[in-house]
Amino acid sequence: MIRLVDVSKEFKTKDTKIKAADRIDLEIKDGEIFGIIGFSGAGKSTLVRCINLLERPTEGKVYLDNLELTSASKKELLKARRNIGMIFQQFNLLEQKSVIENICYPLLISGVRKKEALTRARQMLELVELTEKENSYPSQLSGGQKQRVAIARALATNPKYLLCDEATSALDPLTTRNILELLETINKKLGVTIVVITHELKVVEQICDRVAVMSNGKIEEEGKVEEIFLSPKSETGRKLVLPDSNTGAAPTRDYLRIVFDGQSSFEPVFANLISELGIKLNILGANTEDIGGKAYGQLLIERPDESNVKKVRDYLDKTKVSFEEVFVSKEVISA
Amino acid sequence: MNIKIINLLITGIGETFYMVVASTVISYILGIPLGVLVYATDKNGICQNSFVNRIVGLVINLVRSVPFLILLVAILPFTRAIVGTTIGSSASVVPLVVAATPFVARMVEASLKEVDHGVVEAAQAMGSTGWQIISKVLVPEAKPSLLVGMTIAFTTILGYSAMAGFVGGGGLGAIAVNYGYYRYQTKVMLITVALLVLIVQIFQEGGLKLASYIDKRIKR
Repeated sequence: MIRLVDVSKEFKTKDTKIKAADRIDLEIKDGEIFGIIGFSGAGKSTLVRCINLLERPTEGKVYLDNLELTSASKKELLKARRNIGMIFQQFNLLEQKSVIENICYPLLISGVRKKEALTRARQMLELVELTEKENSYPSQLSGGQKQRVAIARALATNPKYLLCDEATSALDPLTTRNILELLETINKKLGVTIVVITHELKVVEQICDRVAVMSNGKIEEEGKVEEIFLSPKSETGRKLVLPDSNTGAAPTRDYLRIVFDGQSSFEPVFANLISELGIKLNILGANTEDIGGKAYGQLLIERPDESNVKKVRDYLDKTKVSFEEVFVSKEVISA
Repeated sequence: MNIKIINLLITGIGETFYMVVASTVISYILGIPLGVLVYATDKNGICQNSFVNRIVGLVINLVRSVPFLILLVAILPFTRAIVGTTIGSSASVVPLVVAATPFVARMVEASLKEVDHGVVEAAQAMGSTGWQIISKVLVPEAKPSLLVGMTIAFTTILGYSAMAGFVGGGGLGAIAVNYGYYRYQTKVMLITVALLVLIVQIFQEGGLKLASYIDKRIKR
């Protein structure tokens, strides 16, 4: 279990102070995949570095199982870190060392003998399916392969936890999917608790059990991924679930967000809605995917006038399609 | 050209090599720890210590700002105390090391700074001690760059060694001064210059080739 209690991290520049993490309470349970999502600059990377104390929090306490890391001795901390693997956006492999030497590194520094380290490293290479690259150097590998080596290296010491700092952000969508599948396997097979930092909702959607939405150093909301995807409560959460979350651009008019979370993709839901109700609906944005015959994604439509809204609502309720109504005007007033 | 001059030049080459190689080796033995110290104690370094950093940085800058010819004369008593004489090749090694060590320290520091901070961070996350990061991550990762630095240091020391010839040092520099300058034997002077150029070329090219050969970042 990883537990952060009232953790803050302040960076001082010449004349300003920046709170990258602001009084954060968080509990990550053993065996889960926990996501921390937010736009860049939200403080996610700082927060994840507070877990293994690469960044020492200015205030608050960090617990790993029953050990309080923030007051642990240097020796205890080094030992604890060997129980927390970490992978990065830029992979951070030792460029002058071969793949197998990279994976051996964490073993050798913790005192494992060379022969045993090699055996273990080979097992890890098998796990990440890169056995044939044993003697290659990082510069000869693709991004996805580098991340696989990084994962093998992070897991070589058999840690209980794995921290992923934007681990798929430098990879193309297909490679991202493969790496996420690998992480999922590791979680299921080896029981490693995984913390995933990302700015992409699809990463969280694909592998996380629970997620925390972060903005300006604070956690705005926290919960199961489905809950947050179906009805985000915070403004950041709302922006993140929108189809074009990269720009954070939101519709400026009131709208309805229809969410598909695994219904049959053979059913023309939206076409049926229009033809049955005979209302003209205006699409503001959409992002849907067909994964194995199931529909995932969402559709934003401009909110029709009161009488029609009720009809749409009833229809969607009847067909068991999730949706939420978003009032932009109200939000502006409350914000 | 008579056999005497040729023998003289051969001895000169030998002496120059002896001075330069010995000085380079000793300056690296002293300069690497010093460079690592400056790097590690720097702001955001792996064991920050601004006090140590400032003091060491100051000493390095101080020695580096003294022109070599003046340093050479100024430390004559020190040279005598160590080698027992101020004349000859061995005596030249002392001022060469004193002048080159801070230079080498800065080169080493620059090479270490080239190592991606992310790699150091990854090593820290894996529970490396400070010493493990230095010996197993920073220095091996900076190896090609250190080697390029060494090539530059070697040629710089070679240049300094020729200057040492003016105040009683040995080697090709002394020959150029004694025969070419004091005895007006322009031919000898030109030959020594040509030899110095050749040595620089060989080491510069060789060093760079070796550096790129051991650099695993280069695909081949």
